[in-house]
Amino acid sequence: MGLIRNLGAVSLLGLQRAGRMGLFLSYAFVYALTPPLKLSQVLKQLRFIGFESTLVIFLTATFAGMVLGLQGYYTLNRVGSTAFLGPMVALSLIRELGPVLSALMVTGRAGSAMTAEIGIMRITEQVDALKLMGLNPFRYLVVPRLLAGIISLPLLTAIFDVVGIFGGYLVGVKLLGVGKGTYFGEMANYVDMRDILGGVYKSLTFGVLITWVCCYKGYYAGFGAEGVSKATTQAVVLSSVLILVWDYFMTSLLF
Amino acid sequence: MIKVEDLHKSFGGPKIFRGLSFQVATGEIVALIGRSGDGKSVLLKHVAGLIKPDQGHVFIDDTDICCLRGKRLEEMRSRFGFVFQSGALFDSLTVFENIAFPLREKSELSDQEIREKVLSALEQVGLTEAENRYPAQISGGMTKRTALARALVTNPEIMLFDEPTTGLDPIIGHAILNLLDSCHKRFGFTGILVTHEIPKVFEIVQKVAFLYEGRILTVGSPEEMLSSKDPIVQQFITGSIEGPIQYR
Repeated sequence: MGLIRNLGAVSLLGLQRAGRMGLFLSYAFVYALTPPLKLSQVLKQLRFIGFESTLVIFLTATFAGMVLGLQGYYTLNRVGSTAFLGPMVALSLIRELGPVLSALMVTGRAGSAMTAEIGIMRITEQVDALKLMGLNPFRYLVVPRLLAGIISLPLLTAIFDVVGIFGGYLVGVKLLGVGKGTYFGEMANYVDMRDILGGVYKSLTFGVLITWVCCYKGYYAGFGAEGVSKATTQAVVLSSVLILVWDYFMTSLLF
Repeated sequence: MIKVEDLHKSFGGPKIFRGLSFQVATGEIVALIGRSGDGKSVLLKHVAGLIKPDQGHVFIDDTDICCLRGKRLEEMRSRFGFVFQSGALFDSLTVFENIAFPLREKSELSDQEIREKVLSALEQVGLTEAENRYPAQISGGMTKRTALARALVTNPEIMLFDEPTTGLDPIIGHAILNLLDSCHKRFGFTGILVTHEIPKVFEIVQKVAFLYEGRILTVGSPEEMLSSKDPIVQQFITGSIEGPIQYR
C-alpha cells in the first residue's frame, strides 16, 4: 500500500512539474506574440546566444567534419565506395550532427549562463523588483532569450554544416586523396531540400527547447548559491537529454 | 488607503499570520515594528501582491490586490515603490542606469529629462560620485541609498520600505530618514516602513503598528506607543531582555 502511495505521489509531482513547465512555455509564447517587444533585450541575447557562440561552433564543426571524413573514408574504402564520402559527410551533418551538436554546444555555453543569470536575479529579488515596477519579468528575461534561441540556432546550425563539410573536405580530399569534384559533385546529387529543411526544423525546435528549459530552471531556482548551482546543472542535463530524445522523434517524423 | 483584513499565511510550517488586520490611511506613513522573523517583510510582500495569502484580503483603495492578475496587477504595482532590504539593484546596470530604469520603461520622458531627474535623485541621496559604478562596486549603505532613489524617482503613490536604514552608520541612517520625511511631505505618498530604528523613526511616522505572533498587537501614534502600558510593547521598545517576550 505504501509503495502504491509513494508511486502515486511521485507521479503527481511529475505531472505537476510538467504542467508548470508547459504553462511557462505557453506564457512565453503569448508574451512573445503580443507587444511590447523588448527589442534591445532581443538584440543583446542574439549577440550572446548567437554571435558569441560562433567560435565554439566553428571549432566543433571543423573537428566533427574531419572525424566524419576520416571514419567515413575508412568505412567506405572497405566496400570500395569512397566516392560517396561527400554525400555521407554532408547528410550526416545536415540531418543529424549539425542541429544536435550545435544545440548541445549552445546548451553548454549559453544555456547554463541563462539559468545562472536568471537564478541569481531570482534569489537576489531582482525579479521581484521588476514586478514591483509594474513590469512583466517574462518580457525582460524569457521572451528575448526564446526569440534569440529560435533565430540563432538555425543560423549556427547552418554555419556548423558548412564548416563541417569543409572539415570533411580537408581530410577526405586534401589528406586521403578523394577527388574534389567527386566529393562535392556526389554531394549535390544526394542532398536534397528535404534534408536541409529537416535540419532547419530540428534546429528551430532545439532553440525553443534550450531556452525553455534553461529559463524555466533559472526562474524557479532554489535558495542561495547551492540552489542556483543545482538549477544550472539540472538545466544543462535536462536540455541535453531532451535534445537527444526530441531528435529521435523529429527524425522519425521528418525523414 | 491600504487595508489588510484577516490575513492568514503559512509556508508549510507554523502559521506566520493568524488573522492579521490593519489599515494605513491615505497620505500616512505607518512604522511596522516587531521581532526579527515575525513576518514584517512577508507582510510587505503581501501588500505588494508578491505573495498570495492563504486566507484574507489586502485592499489598495477598494481593490483586493490578492484577486488581481496579469495586466491589472501590473497596473496596480505601477503605483508602488518598494525598497528591498537587500536593495535588489540590477547588478548588470550602473547606479545611474538602475535609477533611470523605471523612468525609461514606464514614463514618456525624454533622455534629457530622465538624466535630469536621475541626477537630482542622486544628489538627494548623496551619490553623485557613484553614478557610473556597478552595484558590486559600492558599499551596503550606497546600495540602500540607490534603492531608495530608484523607488522614489517615479513619485509613487504607495511606498513600502523594508528596513531602509539597517546596516547604515547613524549619520547616513538619520539622513535617509530625513530624506524619507521630506519626500513624504513633498509627494504625500502612503507608506509602510519596516524598521528597527526605535525611537528615531517615531519622528517621521504618523502611526506605529506592532506585529507580534502573527497579529498586529497594537496600533497607535508614536506617543501612544512610547507611553503604552502593555508589557510586551514596553519590553520591545526599551529592548529589555527581561519581560514577557522570550528571547529566541
